[in-house]
Amino acid sequence: MSWDWEKLKQQQKRGDIPPNMDEFIKKINNFKLPGGPLLILLLLLILLGSTMFYTVKPSEVGVVQRFGRYVRTTQPGLHFKMPVGIESIRKVNVRKVNTEEFSAFNTGGQTRFGGASSTATLMLTGDLNVALVPWIVQYRIKDPYNYLFKVRDPQQLLRDMSEASMRLVIGDRSIDEVISKRDEISVESAELLQRELDGAESGINIVTIEMKKTDVPEPVQPSLNEVNQATQEKEQMIYQAREDYNKAVPAARGEAERTIRAAEGYALDRVNRAKGDGARFEDMYREYAKAEDVTKRRLYLETFRDLLPKLENKYIVDSEQKNLLPLLNLGNQNKSGVTQ
Amino acid sequence: MKPKFMFIAIIVVIGIFVLYQSAYIVDETEQVVVTQFGRIIGDPVTSPGLKFKVPFIQQAIFFPKNLLQWDGDPGQIPTKEKTYIWVDAFARWKIIDPVKFLQTVTDVFNATGRLNDIIDPAVRNFITSNDLIETIRKSNRKLDLLEIQQVSLEKIRQDEGLDTDYTIEVGREKITRGILKQAQPKLDKFGIELVDVKIKRVNYVDTVRDSVYKRMIAERKQIAEKFRSEGRGEAQKIRGQKERDLKEIESEAYKTAQQIKGKADAESTAIYARAFNLDPEFYSFQKTLEIYSAALEENSSLILSTDSELMKYFKGYSDETP
Repeated sequence: MSWDWEKLKQQQKRGDIPPNMDEFIKKINNFKLPGGPLLILLLLLILLGSTMFYTVKPSEVGVVQRFGRYVRTTQPGLHFKMPVGIESIRKVNVRKVNTEEFSAFNTGGQTRFGGASSTATLMLTGDLNVALVPWIVQYRIKDPYNYLFKVRDPQQLLRDMSEASMRLVIGDRSIDEVISKRDEISVESAELLQRELDGAESGINIVTIEMKKTDVPEPVQPSLNEVNQATQEKEQMIYQAREDYNKAVPAARGEAERTIRAAEGYALDRVNRAKGDGARFEDMYREYAKAEDVTKRRLYLETFRDLLPKLENKYIVDSEQKNLLPLLNLGNQNKSGVTQ
Repeated sequence: MKPKFMFIAIIVVIGIFVLYQSAYIVDETEQVVVTQFGRIIGDPVTSPGLKFKVPFIQQAIFFPKNLLQWDGDPGQIPTKEKTYIWVDAFARWKIIDPVKFLQTVTDVFNATGRLNDIIDPAVRNFITSNDLIETIRKSNRKLDLLEIQQVSLEKIRQDEGLDTDYTIEVGREKITRGILKQAQPKLDKFGIELVDVKIKRVNYVDTVRDSVYKRMIAERKQIAEKFRSEGRGEAQKIRGQKERDLKEIESEAYKTAQQIKGKADAESTAIYARAFNLDPEFYSFQKTLEIYSAALEENSSLILSTDSELMKYFKGYSDETP
């Protein structure tokens, strides 16, 4: 292609440059400076001088050592120190919250521990069961002096101590407590860890220990779910029974109330009737007492006056007559054939 | 001029070399033992800063002064009840006597080997002479256990021929302290101070773990069954309560109703008695008449004798009634 051809030509042209460069370098070498060694000395001094400044970022502090001996801690800003070889500076970030994670996928850099069980999160509980306990440690460097000088590998110390204190806490709890009381565990292990780290003068401050989801080991998980399900079933059964109860009992209460009210109605009825009947009788009696005989007659006759017309068959029998029955039979025949 | 300059330059270079050989810097984290042809000269230098020694013939040997880490070699260890477990321990130590340290182990690498030889067996000793539970637990804190777990834990203990009601006598913290105490005297002669020994990890070996998992699964299944049966039981209890309450409500209502009725009957009886007692004869007369008119219906037959009160005038009248 024509484009490639052009490019090749350009490259060939560039190839011409090196001879020129060589000449240029030669010129520089031949160029005599007044007092060459002095210039070298000057350069050295500048280099040395540049090691006398350092800046500390807002989140850091600087720890200065003179001939290895700690002399001062400096706050953020631009600072001077003696040149290299005399004073050295180490900067430590004291604001940043660092995170150390202990999870099923993070074995803590140690794989030589017992095959598949090598995860940092597999722990024995106080009831001799096995639990999966992942957690996160958040920490800050609170004392740069201790952090730098007192412990050789504070990070490793932190990791090991975290595991040790977490297992100590888990070891004193049952599997159910491990699963359900994570807050308690995080508080206790944080306290324990802080105490150990202070004891070792590590200069590390634990901000928080955050428990992630604690669980039983994977092979046991289905049976744990079964327990959860059973708990729900239990609730469900109780709920159902309560529902039955609540359906039946209030209705029965209403029914009972009705029975009682009906009885009260009956009572009122009875008493009122009695009172009415009684009052009527009393009133009547009062008048009757004034004229006993005639009233009796009147009542008797009035009754029969009203009664007799209602009756279909009436027979009058002479008081001398002895036998009643034939007459009654005759009356029955009359009913079918003969009109009154 | 030129040879003189060269001479000065050589002198300066030699001077710097001698100075370099006689001065040394001790860091905050270091300590130094000075030796002369292998022989130890004076006290060890433990304070940091710029130090001097005789050049060429004396030698400065540096040792760490800060806390060092030792990580144990985990291995399978049987506990007292012959359960095999993996134990991973770590320790922290420091060189407190660099002279002894130099004479006996010379450097940190060798020292680690000695620590292995001393701490690992101590760990083994203590794990083997204690029950597993002692290694796991740190106090006698009452565990929050379900009844089934309690039973199964007791069963494990029984299988192992131990008391079912177990109390922690040693605990992990005491075990680690014991390891420390056993190991420390052996390390004195190396100039090493063992600060502490901690157990980092304890886990079952694979075969034991599988059986533990099986146990856990069985335990969980039992718990699930228990919950279900508890649910059933509770539900039945509520149903029973329902039946009882229903009967109670019904019968109580019946009782109350009967009482009310009875009271009313009594009251009405009293009222009737009071009224009718004025003249029982008149009452029965009047009531009888009422019954006549109520009892006799349209198709009833009435036979009246002529000597009845109504018909006494039927056959005629006289002053005297027959």
